[in-house]
Amino acid sequence: MTALLRTAGVTKAFGGVQALSGATIEVEQGSIAGLIGPNGSGKTTLFNVITGYERVDDGDVYLADKQITNAPPDKVFGAGIGRTFQLTRVFSRLTVMENMIVAAQHGERGRGLLRNPFARAGGPATRRRAMELLEFTGIANHAGALAETLSYGQRKLLELSYVLMADPAIVLLDEPAGGVNPTLISTIADRIRQLNEQGTTFLIVEHNMDFVMGLCHKVTVLDYGTAVVTGPPDVVRTDPRVLDAYLGTAEDDDDIPVG
Amino acid sequence: MSAQTARRPAAGGLRSAAGARLGGVAVLLVVAAVFPLVITNALYTQFGVDTLIFVTAVAAWNLFSGFSGYISLGHAVFFGTGAYTVGLLTQHWKVIGGTIFALLPLGGLVAALIAVPFGLIALRVRRHTFVVITIAIFFMFQLMAFNFAFTGGNNGLSTPFFLWSAAEYNNPFYYAALILAVGTILLCWAIRGSRFGLQLLAIRDDEDRARGLGVRAMRVKLTAFVISGGLTGMVGGLWWFFIGQALPQTAFNPAFDLSVALMAFLGGFGTLAGPVLGALILEPLQQWDAITFTNGFVGEIALGVLFLAVILFMPRGLIPTGRELITRWRASNARRREPAPGGAPPGGAAVAQPAASTSQPSTGTPSTGSIR
Amino acid sequence: MGREITEAIVDGILGGGVYALMAVGLTLIFGVLDIINIAQGILVVLGAYLSYVLSVHLHIDLFVGLLVTVPAMFIIGVAIQWAFIRPLRGRERTSMSLLASYAVAIIIEGVLYLIFGSNYVNLTARYVTNGPKIFGFYLDYIYIYGFLMALLLVAAIYYTLYRTQFGRTIRATMQDQTAARIVGINVNRVQALTFGIGVAVTAAGGMVFGATGGGFNPNTGYDLISRLLAIVILGGLGSIAGAMIAAIFMITLEAVVDVVWSPSWSVVVFYAALVLVLAFRPQGLLGRRAARAQ
Repeated sequence: MTALLRTAGVTKAFGGVQALSGATIEVEQGSIAGLIGPNGSGKTTLFNVITGYERVDDGDVYLADKQITNAPPDKVFGAGIGRTFQLTRVFSRLTVMENMIVAAQHGERGRGLLRNPFARAGGPATRRRAMELLEFTGIANHAGALAETLSYGQRKLLELSYVLMADPAIVLLDEPAGGVNPTLISTIADRIRQLNEQGTTFLIVEHNMDFVMGLCHKVTVLDYGTAVVTGPPDVVRTDPRVLDAYLGTAEDDDDIPVG
Repeated sequence: MSAQTARRPAAGGLRSAAGARLGGVAVLLVVAAVFPLVITNALYTQFGVDTLIFVTAVAAWNLFSGFSGYISLGHAVFFGTGAYTVGLLTQHWKVIGGTIFALLPLGGLVAALIAVPFGLIALRVRRHTFVVITIAIFFMFQLMAFNFAFTGGNNGLSTPFFLWSAAEYNNPFYYAALILAVGTILLCWAIRGSRFGLQLLAIRDDEDRARGLGVRAMRVKLTAFVISGGLTGMVGGLWWFFIGQALPQTAFNPAFDLSVALMAFLGGFGTLAGPVLGALILEPLQQWDAITFTNGFVGEIALGVLFLAVILFMPRGLIPTGRELITRWRASNARRREPAPGGAPPGGAAVAQPAASTSQPSTGTPSTGSIR
Repeated sequence: MGREITEAIVDGILGGGVYALMAVGLTLIFGVLDIINIAQGILVVLGAYLSYVLSVHLHIDLFVGLLVTVPAMFIIGVAIQWAFIRPLRGRERTSMSLLASYAVAIIIEGVLYLIFGSNYVNLTARYVTNGPKIFGFYLDYIYIYGFLMALLLVAAIYYTLYRTQFGRTIRATMQDQTAARIVGINVNRVQALTFGIGVAVTAAGGMVFGATGGGFNPNTGYDLISRLLAIVILGGLGSIAGAMIAAIFMITLEAVVDVVWSPSWSVVVFYAALVLVLAFRPQGLLGRRAARAQ
């Protein structure tokens, strides 16, 4: 199977802190990949680097063998990588539907912008697709509500929905199960599985071990900015290097895998 | 606040609400159109012209600042540029009579052209710094108006004598102002519903995220800035014709932006009708105040106090606050009418609902079968 | 011409020191509260008027009078922050505080007009119009004292920030409000006190400005705040060193242009310098990051 997304030796430091140090990971086309590791291991930084929110000090990022290192976020989005954030980012004062339409800008742009920027926001095709996605994630009956009135879990679903508007080849999810109740967690897992069956690749950062182990085909463990172990969930969870990464030395207080 | 209170009204209610709104607007337009014909007191028609000028100015300001969230305190630059441009053209081409109104678009054009380099520099910085740049550029323009010979220096520019009857002197200005005001409001409404407007609003909420989704932030902001500046320039030109004289300190007046901002905030920053309402309330008040209190400083203090009161107690402005009160009143009425609290509201504010409603035998995907 | 330019440079540096003092207060307030205090200009004028009252009606020496005006302005600053800035909440908080401080400025200006009228006044003392001759230049004592006081106060601010516990809490709040709260810092109090300090510093600056500015009235506040804002932005919001460098640079530039070209254009150049710098370096000279690294 080919690697849809690949990083090669990515290195990134912030002042004195080496966040990523030769991070090399691969995500196979059509898989659901997990990225775990203790706090500070560089997971979110790696996401930021892949999606263009941070520049690399060294190393490369490839999407389907095309180099996209240091491409700005909008180009990355346009290339087919969608991304959600740990702290959900939605447009609070726009309605749910409007949030979806904004995310559709990219698709509509080539055709519409030059002709008539004052055109009605969101043509019928866009709205139809938006409603489909909203029904898929289950928040369609909030379509007219302002995003700021949604609950935390609903916001997560909205962010996932609008990222899907661009029909990305791969979606990077940053802690999709964080702070969400168990019922919704399993719903989210279901949705991810369904999308994956239809061909979307996923790379998921998570601390919830049940979620990761139950969903992902392959898991990569990051520690101190470098990938230490990669493999199927069962293999990874019992690998001594993983336990070492999480438990560290006796004095360290790093989080221990849940479950 | 439950999801229901912030939702747009349900279908049936929507139709009646929209109908009421349209009816209200129609009435307002008719009133505005016949106002100077019915009320012939020159003082009141003067109030009318001033008010309409500010309605345009505030709507134009809100079009940029309200929709993008970048507060500009330098729009007086466009106002004054429009005034001086129109003034210089009038003098140069020796225009008198009704053709002066044809010069207004030129005033707007020059202001819009100035907005381009202004915006290119100012819009690259974050919001804090942006405000300060607008202030800095404002002062530069005021000082240039004082210093340059062609702007008349301290004496400014005066209008030629207009040859229409003294009794209805204000009327042509009134109608010109009305046309500008209505045109500006229509433009704001069109933009609000357009893709461009949506992008602008998204920038206001989360510029970085919007950029990440492909919104060309600089282009969008600059376009709004230029349109806003052009409109302000046109109304500045009209102001010059009406007032009769442009001095550096009146055409480039620091109080202008503060008044405009206050009106926008009072009515509802970032809304469509808010700025109009704010101008309709405050400008006549300011005019009346200027006439009643010869000591202008009391008026200044009153302006500041009013602004503080609005910001502290009604920061979202009259229209959003009013809307909120109405929906709350409606919701409490609805609750009183229903027999028992019963189940959750149809919208389902609880997080678990989406899971429950979609975990049906079908996988939750729509009948077309696939999402892709 | 060369001599005039040198004189202008010296004047500029000395005058820049005074502006630095007022600008430091403004940038400190931004650093800790994340707001731009538009009222700073009129507060300088208020400080000058307070010194005026003490000097003219109570015959208290200008510098001695500071012992009264500085604490008074500190209290006024805390009161303003507590009453009008702290209650502001919500997403538009920064824009709101900007407009709120603008409104406060307008009110203070109106009150000053009512009390003092629009006549220009000056702060005078023996040392305002007298001075030694150094290297062939006449320097008024007031400039020297003012500059020294500016150095002293800025040094005191630095000392407080970097050598005292209180200063640590200020810097912590500047870096991360949430984290500061978590470690038990009373952020509200820190913000109120910092605002007070920022304003108190203006009393001192106001006194020197009132003595050297060539006359002031309530309207002078506009000119002052626009200059202070330009200086603070050029130096980089939140950077104290940046504010000082920018103040000296811009005031000196203006003084030189004054002599070389003309007074009416020097002010335009002043603002043009800001615009130019921002065109190439939107974060200003030293930017906020530098403040953190200090």
